[in-house]
Amino acid sequence: MPQKSSACSQAVPSVSIQNADFDAAQEYAQLRDSGAGTGAIATFTGLVRDSGDDQGVTGLFLEHYPGMTEQVISDLITQTGQRWDVRKARVIHRIGRLPLQSQIVFVGVCSAHRGDAFAACEFIMDALKTSAPFWKKELTDAGEHWVEQKASDVARTEGW
Amino acid sequence: MPEQTLSIRFFARLREELGTEHLTMPAPAGQTAADLLATLANRGGPWARLNTGQPVMIAINQAMAKPQSPIKPGDEVAFFPPVTGG
Repeated sequence: MPQKSSACSQAVPSVSIQNADFDAAQEYAQLRDSGAGTGAIATFTGLVRDSGDDQGVTGLFLEHYPGMTEQVISDLITQTGQRWDVRKARVIHRIGRLPLQSQIVFVGVCSAHRGDAFAACEFIMDALKTSAPFWKKELTDAGEHWVEQKASDVARTEGW
Repeated sequence: MPEQTLSIRFFARLREELGTEHLTMPAPAGQTAADLLATLANRGGPWARLNTGQPVMIAINQAMAKPQSPIKPGDEVAFFPPVTGG
């Protein structure tokens, strides 16, 4: 029986906010398990790097607004399903203290075709950065400071 | 939550600067989010930071709102800096 295209047919919740690390391979496997109509999977993983607003970053602290965060991302996934062919979408965002090279965020989308998968994945990531209530603090040997929102990130979201 | 009060939350840099994560206030009729922000800024001390022109984002009942958005008794109102996740 052909599987109907749906963004919310999976057993795993679409959005997870957690301190724990995630297994991108396992997430990929779950996206792949979306029926014979799936022809493309696009995933994005964001990592903690050593330079941001400042050099010598040793880690990040991430704060969020529990409840609102999940709702905002869930709404983004719904919007994505209205603009592109999205068979399944998954977002994981970590919070708390994360050392260098940690995985911070995962976005995965499966679709019939690559164009929809790429676009939906990029849209979710761009829109998440400017609308989901998370705040990053950079930790360095000299101290810590809250990261400022970037005009370039806002411009990217407005471009959609 | 008592009907006639507002639950107010602060996050990230604002939470740290104000030394406050959550507070409860009476909810006067006909108030907007901007009115509430002005009332809080008038408390003086670190609260004056709410009125220095640095951008403050507003959520009402966990949905993004505007300064002119009305507030009613029982609402959860949150103030926070521009978001920086991802």
